[in-house]
Amino acid sequence: MPSVSLTVNGKPRKVDALADEPLLSVLRNRLDLTGTKYGCGEGQCGACTVLLDGQAVASCQTPVSEAVGKKIVTIEGLAQNGRLHPVQEAFLEAEAFQCGYCTSGMIVASVALLQANASPSADDVAGTLARNVCRCGTYSRILQAVQIAARKGGAQK
Amino acid sequence: MNARKSPLTPTLSLRTRLEREEEQHSVPSLHWFDLDRRRFLALFGGGIAIAAAAPRDAFAQESGRASARQSQELPKDLSAWIHIDKDGIVTVFTGKVEMGQNIRTSLAQQVAEELRVGVPSIRMVMGDTDLVPWDAGTFGSRTTPTMGPQLRAVAAVAREALVGIAASRWQIPRAKLVAADGKVVDTQFKRTATYGELTLGEKILKTLPDDLSTAPVAPPSSWKVAGTAVPKADGRDFVTGSHRYASDMTRPGLLFGKILRAPQLEAKLESLDASKAQALPGVKVVRDGEFVGVVAPDAHTAGKAVAALAEGAKWSEASGQPSNATIFEFFKKNAETGERAEPRVTGDVEQALGSADVKLTQSYTVQYIAHAPLEPRAAVAEWTGDRVTVWTGTQRPFAVRDELAAAFRIPTEKARVMVPDTGSAYGGKHTGDAAVEAARLAKGAGKPVRVVWTREEEFTWAYLRPGGLIEVRSGARKDGTLVAWEFHNYNSGPAGIGTPYDVPNQTIQFHPVKSPLRQGSYRALAATANHFARESHMDELARELGMDPLAFRLKNLSDARLKAVFQAAADRFGWAKREKSAGRGFGIAGGFEKGGNIAVCAEVEADAKEKRVRIRRVAAAFECGAIVNPGGLRNQVEGALVQGIGGALFEAIRFDKGRILNPHFSQYRLPRFTDLPAIEVVLLDRKDLPPAGAGEAPIVGLAPAVASAIFDATGERRRAMPLEGLAAG
Repeated sequence: MPSVSLTVNGKPRKVDALADEPLLSVLRNRLDLTGTKYGCGEGQCGACTVLLDGQAVASCQTPVSEAVGKKIVTIEGLAQNGRLHPVQEAFLEAEAFQCGYCTSGMIVASVALLQANASPSADDVAGTLARNVCRCGTYSRILQAVQIAARKGGAQK
Repeated sequence: MNARKSPLTPTLSLRTRLEREEEQHSVPSLHWFDLDRRRFLALFGGGIAIAAAAPRDAFAQESGRASARQSQELPKDLSAWIHIDKDGIVTVFTGKVEMGQNIRTSLAQQVAEELRVGVPSIRMVMGDTDLVPWDAGTFGSRTTPTMGPQLRAVAAVAREALVGIAASRWQIPRAKLVAADGKVVDTQFKRTATYGELTLGEKILKTLPDDLSTAPVAPPSSWKVAGTAVPKADGRDFVTGSHRYASDMTRPGLLFGKILRAPQLEAKLESLDASKAQALPGVKVVRDGEFVGVVAPDAHTAGKAVAALAEGAKWSEASGQPSNATIFEFFKKNAETGERAEPRVTGDVEQALGSADVKLTQSYTVQYIAHAPLEPRAAVAEWTGDRVTVWTGTQRPFAVRDELAAAFRIPTEKARVMVPDTGSAYGGKHTGDAAVEAARLAKGAGKPVRVVWTREEEFTWAYLRPGGLIEVRSGARKDGTLVAWEFHNYNSGPAGIGTPYDVPNQTIQFHPVKSPLRQGSYRALAATANHFARESHMDELARELGMDPLAFRLKNLSDARLKAVFQAAADRFGWAKREKSAGRGFGIAGGFEKGGNIAVCAEVEADAKEKRVRIRRVAAAFECGAIVNPGGLRNQVEGALVQGIGGALFEAIRFDKGRILNPHFSQYRLPRFTDLPAIEVVLLDRKDLPPAGAGEAPIVGLAPAVASAIFDATGERRRAMPLEGLAAG
């Protein structure tokens, strides 16, 4: 099996993977980074969102070959030395989850959103995060969390 | 096997109603393995072989209720429920499972309250069939009203036992001692002993009273930890992605499994050329009768292998299956008669209709919808000799254990099911499909196997919230007094079928149908459909009578709790002061379900020409007795309202000729961020009433409130859920 070189959460990783294999599958099943979730396999739910050179992408729609040479950041890479990222802190503070399965994708997408727009309006948040599904319906708390993170400077990182 | 006969009484007893609801939890199994017949006969002897040869449907229908009736009595032995180690760490054992409803937290709070320890010192062991007392499952909003009191009693008895140990150790009357902060304190001589020092990590040998209500528990009015917004347990694990769901579990040597699925429901496998799949590196095909699956060393190859299998499979297709267009007619034609369909009759509806000033006859429909839990069905299975261990996301760990035992014909003690906190279920994870599949593949491969369903499999092969047809006839006097109420539900279910309004003449009937699609329980069961029909009909009657929809309801309602939520929702919404404008409308609806009272007011933007509806604002009031955790409760109520938007406006499974036509999120619309209305939730805390569950009732009021608001805005009465109609394509 061919081997690919990736940069995941700041670390070089060499992994055996098929070229057409989705990044999601490589992260979850080969690198055991299971914080990134499968929800639909067609880029419609956002559970698999990761940062690729700072951009939020659906890792289920990204062949691993496209991620070569780029910086991949997953939910596991947001906290630094045990200190949560401000967006993670804000999700905890607003308790913006129920089952928690969408949370990784929501947080990663929110980090990208705040990097692009440090003080988003409610409509900005809804517009961007409409790509992410929370089936438990905690959207109003997620909105709160993003606003808390924005106030506390969640864009800096 | 189940020879129970209900007496033909005019009203349904609570027990009968519960049994009928239970039927919604009984879903036919997907697989019936051939395995090794000789081994089976050796295990169980010849006599029972008839059961194995019986059609799997019959067996499955029985198995749901049979396991509930086996009903291993809940243990009276305290140590089955709680353990305190020498460091004072409290471990609590319960068969309930956490899937987002926040009971890991709310149950721990209740133990903390009675045991008088901090919540952080409590570990909840949940849903591990080897470790926890038997439990029917986590459904029906039963955790709060049943497991809550159970664990409060357990903790109170443990606390008193600890006080007793201290009293005998110190040789002083127990009245001189108090339990607080994980310690027993001697107030007179200023001595303390931690719980850990008192138990030394040994079991507390104590028996629970037969009547749990005699346990020395505090009333909700004096709660200090219970009743507060304790943050969700393990929150940090969810925001860091470190929580491992069943679909994240890994084992040494883990293989990845996939199941060959039929192209159509009821299709039969005629022939299979597995050579292409088998030729892929590391792939093994496992076949057992109709069941065919593959395992591979990586998930991607497993996916390729099952695609290759599908190419080599020939199926004989079934015919005559209904579609969305014919389903309601199908329900009507195929309605069962007999005991299960007995009507519940009070007074005389025909006679009352004769004297009514206003009469109304209408039908309402609901489509099949999918739970679409974001974590699909998943399991990791591992065999050690003849013993199987499975990690899976399910609401009924013991039922899944029994399913495994039945599928592999092993004694139940040879199967262990563990349920990591699950990526939601909403009533959709009662069965052990993925568990049985992973276990079958693991058995064939001789290695642990992980099976994670794709979204398409989830939509097609999981079970659905039943579709239904509801016919209502009613009559009222000019002054708005209801005199007659006749209500027929076809297929959707009997939950919430009765009316909370005072009507002297009623006929209420559930008509079961053998559903052409696999169906089962869904958050609030049929209460959503029945409330949609009932509350929509009440709205129609009010408009016929020229009365305000709220005033009409209150006139016919004597239940003080339901009245209170109607009033609270109306007050918060500003119902009395609502001002109509073009394209805007207001609606109200409410009801009582599973111990919870809900009322919802909605403001919508709707256009008579367009199907599209935008919900602008929702105010809801909810009351379920004493509140255990107001933060978690608010989250549940808001979440149920948002989830309710989907079923109300746009969710529907489209099907034809045994095929699900929209098995993808791109084709099955879910409520998204941009659908979110402004939501206000009023929680009424009744400390004088025992706490009831809240996972279900809050979802039932939204759809009829929205339908009523659409009528208010457009003059168009929509009687079919989803209210936006079926999407094209």
